[in-house]
Amino acid sequence: MHNFLFSRKDANAALLSNFEVFQLLTDLKQQRKDSGKHKQSSGQQNLNTIMYETLKYISKTPCRFQSPEIVRDFLIAMKGHKLTKAEKLQLLNHRPMTAVEIQLMVEESEERLTEEQIESLLQTVSSVLPGNPAEELQKQATTAAEEDDDPE
Amino acid sequence: MFVLVEMMDTVRIPPWQFEMKLNDSIAEELNKKLANKVVYNVGLCICLYDITKLEDSYIFPGDGASHTKVHFRYVVFHPFLDEILIGEIKGCSQDGVHVSLGFFDDIVIPPESLQQPAKFDEAEQVWVWEYETEEGAHDLYMDTGEEIRFRIVDESFVDTSPTGPSSTEASTSGATEEVQKKEAPYTLVGSISEPGLGLLSWWTNS
Repeated sequence: MHNFLFSRKDANAALLSNFEVFQLLTDLKQQRKDSGKHKQSSGQQNLNTIMYETLKYISKTPCRFQSPEIVRDFLIAMKGHKLTKAEKLQLLNHRPMTAVEIQLMVEESEERLTEEQIESLLQTVSSVLPGNPAEELQKQATTAAEEDDDPE
Repeated sequence: MFVLVEMMDTVRIPPWQFEMKLNDSIAEELNKKLANKVVYNVGLCICLYDITKLEDSYIFPGDGASHTKVHFRYVVFHPFLDEILIGEIKGCSQDGVHVSLGFFDDIVIPPESLQQPAKFDEAEQVWVWEYETEEGAHDLYMDTGEEIRFRIVDESFVDTSPTGPSSTEASTSGATEEVQKKEAPYTLVGSISEPGLGLLSWWTNS
């Protein structure tokens, strides 16, 4: 199992990305389906509920388009930007598309990032992390149509 | 919003489960005990990540079951302070806006942390941001079902373990005991008083 653990100094806790939890729960769900037994036993109801609800929530976030390779590429691409682990984690989980979102996730961004750096971060995020393929196609179609309409 | 927490516990395996592989029966017992439960000062437990160490199993006199000390890691929901999250508005009350993530429900954004100026519409039981533009105030309603982006600003853990009967308080505290029973073991406090926070629809340029 790939480990992209962002370690935290306090407590015995390491941060997990939504993608890691998504992968874990998806694998666990498959394992339990394959083994077939015990799912309905009274003790397992809590696990069923929390797995179902958590998967339902994170499946609506950008992590559903991610893979271990994409996450690795993202971390490499982030190296030059001097962000903390928690900040990189939020960018990975949210895939921000606007400067305002970047400013929310990066602490003291007015002091640490220039406008160009924010733009560059947005570029990296949207090129390395996949968004919704249907939306991407639609966006490409609209920009192509707009370019056709421009008078020479 | 998720963390991996190292824990240790002694797991009791009853004899009728001895035919299962030890790791499997232990995993099942740990999930039965912790999944979907809040551990005080840790967070909401989701599922077992892995077992890191199994010590020897012992059988004690009078009990046919085996007892095994287990070191393991568990996936826990515990957002860090200042983390940005997206949830769904469950409803509004005088206490503020209540937000849910589906698997976790006890998030509240108190009135003072809403985009200001804000007012509570008693008739519709909804909080409203009285957004000011050159044309005058534009009322933005925080309706149930809307997606909302917020920042975690505080958390609180309440020990809900049973305290046993208290004979002296029995006569007067009938009402307070009711309130105590309904307190959530883990609550998150959010804020949306910054640009970019609040309903997603407020900030999309489409």
